[in-house]
Amino acid sequence: MKSLIRITDLSVQEIDELIGVAHDIIENPAKYAEVCRGRKLATLFFEPSTRTRLSFEAAMYELGGHVLSVSEGASSSAAKGESIADTARTVSCYADIIAMRHPKEGAPLVAAQHASVPVINAGDGGHNHPTQTLTDLLTIEREKGHFDGLTIGVCGDLKFGRTVHSLIEAMSRYPGVRFMLISPEELKLPSYVKKDILQRKRIEYKQTTDLEGVMPALDVLYMTRVQRERFLSEEEYLRLKDSYILTPEKLRWAKEDMIVMHPLPRVNEISVAVDDDPRACYFRQALNGKYIRMALILKMLKEAGRL
Amino acid sequence: MNVDAIKNGIVIDHIQAGQGMAIYQFLNLETLGCPVALMMNVASRQMGSKDIIKVDGPIDFDLNVLGFIDPGVTIDVIENEVCVKKYHPSLPAELRDVVKCKNPRCISTVEQELPQIFRLTDRKNKIYRCVYCDGKLD
Repeated sequence: MKSLIRITDLSVQEIDELIGVAHDIIENPAKYAEVCRGRKLATLFFEPSTRTRLSFEAAMYELGGHVLSVSEGASSSAAKGESIADTARTVSCYADIIAMRHPKEGAPLVAAQHASVPVINAGDGGHNHPTQTLTDLLTIEREKGHFDGLTIGVCGDLKFGRTVHSLIEAMSRYPGVRFMLISPEELKLPSYVKKDILQRKRIEYKQTTDLEGVMPALDVLYMTRVQRERFLSEEEYLRLKDSYILTPEKLRWAKEDMIVMHPLPRVNEISVAVDDDPRACYFRQALNGKYIRMALILKMLKEAGRL
Repeated sequence: MNVDAIKNGIVIDHIQAGQGMAIYQFLNLETLGCPVALMMNVASRQMGSKDIIKVDGPIDFDLNVLGFIDPGVTIDVIENEVCVKKYHPSLPAELRDVVKCKNPRCISTVEQELPQIFRLTDRKNKIYRCVYCDGKLD
């Protein structure tokens, strides 16, 4: 049973295939409208989420399938002390595929080890969020047309930002990609990500606190939110939360064809005045999240022999 | 102090002085039905002092975990009172229920029945990572 726990569970070829299917879904939605008829997706969300959960559910509905939903741990058996393993075994009796978000790192892996249906990691704490990465890859491909040779600026919380870690891991598999790591000192990319991915693969990167200084070099600017829920100290969060705010003035330094991405939700790290700039693609990115999840659900159900 | 020679079994030699009891307990040697000797603070030319464990009987567990607990140990395999093999255990590819993950965000710190598993991700630098959270073992 193949589950998706981290982005590297998928080969570059499999990612290319998923992107290809997502393109086909966008161009021929009617072709896919009934393909999952009678199939059920269980969304087990033990941590607050809006767009990821809705995106999974919208994806399954647009494939003609059904959704069984648990949002927030308090309303599930987990609140009664049920283990992840037992939850996974039980939900496997009712659903054909599971999407799970959990605040604890590794929880979806435990679910995958015990479920008899495929499990998709929909985010485990600050650890992995592979479907966000697939969303990001589809967006870059649709907006830029290729991955090779791009200079990608990631800005904000690079320490706890799981989307950033996964994006770096995924993009590092394409030739000629460079990274600009823009963050306050306290939220720098963890050394293990630098060592295990960037340095081991000899990928060019630069660490800086100066967003404007590197802006002209960027093909992609990936903004992230400083996440309150990842901080053990409220004081530290308040001190760092407004470290970077992207405004139209700062965008003047950017290339005409640079794209601005954000996994959403944003707080104030991108001024609303940027939204009308054609380079701002974060809402298109959110839409892409539904299409790539449709492609993923299809692939995993087929591989599990449930389609 | 004299301990009889072993007929068939193993000698775990060159244990860091003071570590012998921890290894004895970790390997659950008290559960074996055969004679087991734990000698502590034995004089050693090489180490000054060392601990030694002798097991006079068959054992069926993987001793490579000792490569993680005390990389300096030597294991002598004894058959018919003759040492037929002497080796240093290498770092095991996986540690199962040897150490606990200290990352408070890891699922293994909450779900107590989960096996604590670390995999060797960098043999050269002796780095193990938790299979659940990728946290590095210090």
